Amino acid sequence: MRNRQATNLLFELSQLGRRAARYPACDVPARSLAEMLPTELLAEQSPDLPELTEPDVIRHFTNLSTLNMSVDTHFYPLGSCTMKYNPKRHERLASLPGLIDLHPYQDEASQQGMLAILFELQEMLGEIAGLPAVSLQPAAGAHGEMTALLTAAAYFQDRGEQRTKVLFPQSAHGTNPASAAIAGFECVQLKGRADGFVDLDELRDNLDDKTAVFMITNPNTLGLFERDIAKIAHLLHDVGGLVYIDGANMNAILGITRPGDFGGDMMHYNVHKTFTGPHGSGGPGAGPIAVRDFLANYLPGPIVSRTQSGGADRFQLTTPPKSIGRVRSQFGNVGILLRGYLYLRTLGADGLKAVSEQAVLNANYLRAKLADVLPVPHGERCMHEFVASAEKSKSERGITALDIAKRLLDFGYYAPTVYFPQIVQEALMIEPTETESQQTLDAFADTIRTILNESSEFLHNAPHDTPISRPDEVKAGRQLVLRWKR
Amino acid sequence: MLKTVGVKSVDELFDQIPRELRLDRPLHLPPPLSEIELEAHLRDLASQNVGASGRVSFLGGGIYDHFVPAAVDAIAGRSEFYTAYTPYQAEASQGSLQAFFEYQTLICELTGMDVSNASLYEGASAMVEAVLMAMRVTQRRGKVVVLGSVHPEYRDTLTTYVRHLGCEIIVVPTPHGTADPSDVARQIDDRTAAVIVQHPNFFGCLESPREIFTVAKQRGALSISVFDPISLGVLRRPAEDGADIAVAEGQSLGIPLQYGGPYLGILACRQEFVRQMPGRLVGETVDRHGKRCFVLTLGTREQHIRRERATSNVCTNQGLLALRATVYLSLLGPRGLHEVAELSCQKSHYAAEQLAEVSGLELAFGGPFFKEFVVRSRGNAAEVARRARTAGFDIGPALNRFPALAVEFGSSANEWLLVAVTESRTKNQIDNLANALRK
Amino acid sequence: MAPVNLKYAKTHEWLSLNGDVGTIGISDFAVKELTDLVYMGLPNVGKTLNIGEVFGEIESVKAVSDLYAPVSGEVIEVNSNLPNDLDLLSKDAFGKGWLIKIRLSNPGEAASLLDAAAYERECAAGH
Repeated sequence: MRNRQATNLLFELSQLGRRAARYPACDVPARSLAEMLPTELLAEQSPDLPELTEPDVIRHFTNLSTLNMSVDTHFYPLGSCTMKYNPKRHERLASLPGLIDLHPYQDEASQQGMLAILFELQEMLGEIAGLPAVSLQPAAGAHGEMTALLTAAAYFQDRGEQRTKVLFPQSAHGTNPASAAIAGFECVQLKGRADGFVDLDELRDNLDDKTAVFMITNPNTLGLFERDIAKIAHLLHDVGGLVYIDGANMNAILGITRPGDFGGDMMHYNVHKTFTGPHGSGGPGAGPIAVRDFLANYLPGPIVSRTQSGGADRFQLTTPPKSIGRVRSQFGNVGILLRGYLYLRTLGADGLKAVSEQAVLNANYLRAKLADVLPVPHGERCMHEFVASAEKSKSERGITALDIAKRLLDFGYYAPTVYFPQIVQEALMIEPTETESQQTLDAFADTIRTILNESSEFLHNAPHDTPISRPDEVKAGRQLVLRWKR
Repeated sequence: MLKTVGVKSVDELFDQIPRELRLDRPLHLPPPLSEIELEAHLRDLASQNVGASGRVSFLGGGIYDHFVPAAVDAIAGRSEFYTAYTPYQAEASQGSLQAFFEYQTLICELTGMDVSNASLYEGASAMVEAVLMAMRVTQRRGKVVVLGSVHPEYRDTLTTYVRHLGCEIIVVPTPHGTADPSDVARQIDDRTAAVIVQHPNFFGCLESPREIFTVAKQRGALSISVFDPISLGVLRRPAEDGADIAVAEGQSLGIPLQYGGPYLGILACRQEFVRQMPGRLVGETVDRHGKRCFVLTLGTREQHIRRERATSNVCTNQGLLALRATVYLSLLGPRGLHEVAELSCQKSHYAAEQLAEVSGLELAFGGPFFKEFVVRSRGNAAEVARRARTAGFDIGPALNRFPALAVEFGSSANEWLLVAVTESRTKNQIDNLANALRK
Repeated sequence: MAPVNLKYAKTHEWLSLNGDVGTIGISDFAVKELTDLVYMGLPNVGKTLNIGEVFGEIESVKAVSDLYAPVSGEVIEVNSNLPNDLDLLSKDAFGKGWLIKIRLSNPGEAASLLDAAAYERECAAGH
């Protein structure tokens, strides 16, 4: 049961002289610090951290945790984020000795099992993408985007081509242009058609020999498959450019179609979305990329490669010959990659395809259940998510998308993504994922109906039953308080 | 369900994907495994590795076998933290938001800096984000000065990121393990966006950050300190050394080794640069009833609003790892942190003394160090590491593992080996390592 | 209502001229569009601006807008009250909410700006 009083900060709970962790006495001949370290570099005192007992700490954080909604406790239909269930077997297995306690700089002979896993994961991700060369290094989706764009830049440079522009649709995730800027590209935003698809004429008009990459999310942010994707890819390839597939929405197409088969040259995965890495309140993620073979030589290292000696596989870390270099220290977010590996090994090919089928069925089912009250302006059916509009309820009853989102929290549902993409007025982006039952979806749809019958005034003040009511974001922005002070 | 949707088959749901683009065969993936089979398979693979529970670890190079109290795992494993996402809906995310606010406060206390973000991916990319931030603040893109004693993988990452930004990277050589501040000063000019000092540095040695940062300030460049969080139990804080931005790998703060990540990128800075910071920030405010609460703030720096002009492309924090660090530091408190730092320092000094007495081994650099040091083996460092392994100890990494160091130090790099000693090691283990290498 | 004694840019900045010194602000129309202002970034005194150049930015919780110099010149004064009291903008955008004063380097540029009536037509047309 939630302890609503327990929101004191660690620093307010602190009592002089308390402590939790205790360390053994020094068992080597002790010297004074001044003997070991130059006195002018020493701190005058230890940092002013809170002083607490272990029970203090555990109660504090356990109580804090109860102020969160999470996938394990609530339906979390946050569009574009693929909040699916994270199997518990992953936790036990990823914590096995020999995996959790491996240091990244161990000798390769003592990490062959780990390298075998990572090699097999590279192979599986290459197969699912239809793009054979994989780097597991990027730490998140945005990191993967940037890595792929740097890879493309290196490829063009090597060919002596001066390509400066990266194109993307208006509805692209904001990280696309931000990543392109870091990779040194000029960003060109395309307006697209009123129905959210790419406007082929507009695209054609913007393509030339300066075009490096077109970045596109497919299925797009409206949850619709870009029908013209093959034509788009042709247009790009005709001018010597490359197509980047933002893999945020891969959960819709696993084993059904592959980015490499519909014209993509590069893509990233979000292991934390599609392949059940836990979202961890915001991270960690893992954003491996898959690219065509002609880009393989430019990928960041290290990559796991396999050789055979005496009939046995040997795995080693290698760096591609024309590598862009590292995009981070160490190998990658292995703890998350490992969970992706376990997920794929649990499912196999049929199981993986069934994931997308169920995800798409669930989304279409919920879409249909809500169609009369929250219509979807674009498309007759959707893929793994849909973007409904509260325009009707706003004009008729004054109930906005934000009101619905906030009120859902009272009923024990996390809120859908709202006001994105901007192409839909009063947008509610809903992604149920494959791990929700029909009963959950029915109950959710009933709740939406209940909410839409409530008074708008009541809804403007929602949520009413959460640990806090709506926060004052203007105050937070104007009077920045980013740390506690005594 | 199909009936509600108005289709006859699941296949029909995928009508919007043109037939010719569909995969007409099953994916070539290994067959599915039940939980029992999966566990057996993983145990088999795990048993082919030897981790820190199999050999006594003296491995370092930025990632260390510091002890992780059980309470850290207990909290980080809570479903409500573990399976929540970025706290967009503050009303249903106060647990994470308050924990991140506490994290930000702890990092400020630790470093002496004014503001910390809610974390970045890991140490190397955090350092690069600091450099990009310094470029925005100083409006200089021409040059970055970095000490040769900064982690070679961090320097490699920096090169990758800034390659297309027209920025020159000047590496100041550190042939004796540390940089001479006057050598660094010579490189800092009015084109320099930032000076990067790692202290304690990659070789474990202590630099002279204050002298270097003073010159940087005079010449309008920002000072970036790459620090070891544990060292701040005994060493002066980056802010007091004059750092403008302090970054670190936070793995030492309660995060398991797990072969390279996920780890924790720490970034803190002076108040005046807050609008140029990358990454998520949590701020305090009140709700409609005046109750204190926490929200994501300064969102206008981020990509969904500012797009290509965002302060960074990073759009998450390492929430779960920031939580681990928060719990870890709460458990240690000021005395615990001091003890971990001092024990690591005492034990590494004892180990250095013991290893220096082994014939064929000597300390590569004479200067002061904190918890790790470089031993030089006349002959081949890899052979020393191999002998240690045979006896059940892991030492390293060998410095020739890093291409940058092999270039900068030539064949000397083949003779050098890092040795790190944390509070978890015992006198017995150190003595046994030295004995094993004597044979 | 846009005061008739001021000149306006399509990007919502206003200019009040006094000899070769111009006072620059943003219209209350723009302030209302942004809502919930949280931050104002203004240039330092001494900075030289070219017409059309970005001289600052204004942020609300969910949006950010650039401020464009309606004429060229050197910044001679900045409204130092503003960053700490953004309500000045919503209360008095054309008076106490002024942003900067500049010494015009090319006073002829002011002629290209809109008068109040033309600016209001622009706003009504949804620009």
